[in-house]
Amino acid sequence: MSTLAPNAGGAPAGSAANTDIKIRLRNLSKIFETKKGPFVAIDSLTFDIPKGCFFMIVGPSGCGKTTLLRILAGLENHTHGTMEITPPADNRPSNSMIFQGDSLFPWMTVWDNAAYGLVMRNRPKGEINDVVGHYLQRTGLSKFKDYYPHQLSGGMRQRVSISRAFATDPDILLMDEPFSALDEQNKLLLQEELLRIWDETKKTVMFITHSVDEAVTLGDRIMVMTAHPGRDKATIDVPFERPRKVLELRARPEYGEFVYNIWKYLREEVDRARALDEGSAS
Amino acid sequence: MTDAVQQSKAIEGKGRATGFSFAAYFKNSGERWMNILSPFALLLIWEIAARLGYVDTRFFPAPSKIFETMWTLIVSGELYVHLKASMYRLMWGFLWGGIPALLLGISMGLSRTLRVIVEPIISATYPIPKSAILPLILLIFGLGEASKIVMVAVGLFYPILINTVAGVLEIPKIHFDVAQNFGAKKLNVFRTVALPGAMPLIMTGVKLGVGLGLILISLAEMIGAKSGLGYMMWNAWEILSVETMYVGLIVIAFLGVIFNLILNEIERMLVPWKTSR
Repeated sequence: MSTLAPNAGGAPAGSAANTDIKIRLRNLSKIFETKKGPFVAIDSLTFDIPKGCFFMIVGPSGCGKTTLLRILAGLENHTHGTMEITPPADNRPSNSMIFQGDSLFPWMTVWDNAAYGLVMRNRPKGEINDVVGHYLQRTGLSKFKDYYPHQLSGGMRQRVSISRAFATDPDILLMDEPFSALDEQNKLLLQEELLRIWDETKKTVMFITHSVDEAVTLGDRIMVMTAHPGRDKATIDVPFERPRKVLELRARPEYGEFVYNIWKYLREEVDRARALDEGSAS
Repeated sequence: MTDAVQQSKAIEGKGRATGFSFAAYFKNSGERWMNILSPFALLLIWEIAARLGYVDTRFFPAPSKIFETMWTLIVSGELYVHLKASMYRLMWGFLWGGIPALLLGISMGLSRTLRVIVEPIISATYPIPKSAILPLILLIFGLGEASKIVMVAVGLFYPILINTVAGVLEIPKIHFDVAQNFGAKKLNVFRTVALPGAMPLIMTGVKLGVGLGLILISLAEMIGAKSGLGYMMWNAWEILSVETMYVGLIVIAFLGVIFNLILNEIERMLVPWKTSR
């Protein structure tokens, strides 16, 4: 299966001269200075994410996935290498992040939470009403616009968070295990919802997950990261056509085979991460 | 989704139990009545004891006498004058102490540097009993209104400041990340994250502060004032009108209860997301 060939160099062939690259990383590293000495969280990552690509990163816990996303979001600095993000042509925000866990402001209603990015960018009131109204309707939250987050279920809260990120119409969407705290049914519904909204906008997405299933279901390209330090172990293109329907896709025999092959890469790393943990514990 | 609605209704229902609610607090109506009646029972026993001469009415005048005096003071307008004077000082003290405490508190919560600089000063001055600095304040600000207002302001300042700093520090970091990621500028971080996030603890500080303000205003008025509830009580001691002293105590206790009710209501308005938990 040619689609499964891991790309040793990280960057997909033929992309070097491509101007449609949204995110370009070259030997990007992040080293934390700790009391026990330097700790390498991310070790020279080199890859390109083309415009409109749904890019998935899978890796064992503690492999620096979240750190990488935070660096791209501008919430943290990298220590070595270069990161180029092509700025949007107009004055849209470069990126919006969908955070892991509860990131809604508990003191704001659903509506105010979803409108937050637009309000902070001083968009006109009419536009805010239209856009927020659209996304709340899209995510089935119109009736709940005056509710506070604690009055909603976890799945509904994460839908608000998705609306908030999409509402600002960012160039790049950064998603940090957004569904990991949800139960299976909610996860499935939200994955379908995300795919539907994404199909409308075709944004560049960088999505972090520890679930191979989620990576294959959603992504165009999957990067498997190694356990600490975080390195690029393999980058694999997902061969399934779009638009995708989550359940139909998962019912296909090729799907199972594909997931199994990626899981094999990941398995080595999960085992290694466990061995490292046990080693440091003793 | 319907069960989210039901859930929220249940939560809203429970929301009314915040603060003080008889219905939620007592298991049965018997307990409720005992609770309401016990102060009246005490007054009744006191009244009987005073009339029968079991207690010394020079120190414990009969409640009927106290309320009679109160009525006289209300009708003559004297009580109103003193009450107004105290309220005026409390209000200005509240503004002069509370607003700087709030602004400094949030800034300290947001800036580690500022915290490092200011914290030792606060910890060093906080334990000083505020009543102990009254002579100094009288010396600096004189016998006029200013000294009373400053007294209240100083008293309010600490609980509001300390609670505000704690309130900002309690806000999960993720909310600041969200603000930054969605392009919030400094002032907006202050307004949309730090202030509302710290509001539950700020309200706690305000409640503590107002209680302390009442104590300090009575005290300050006893020493350097010609009006106010504290003055009224001190003056009553000088002319040996014990009933008037009790009137002062009752009015101050009543003010404490009223302020608490008002602040609970304000809290419910400002922190709708926490009071209905």
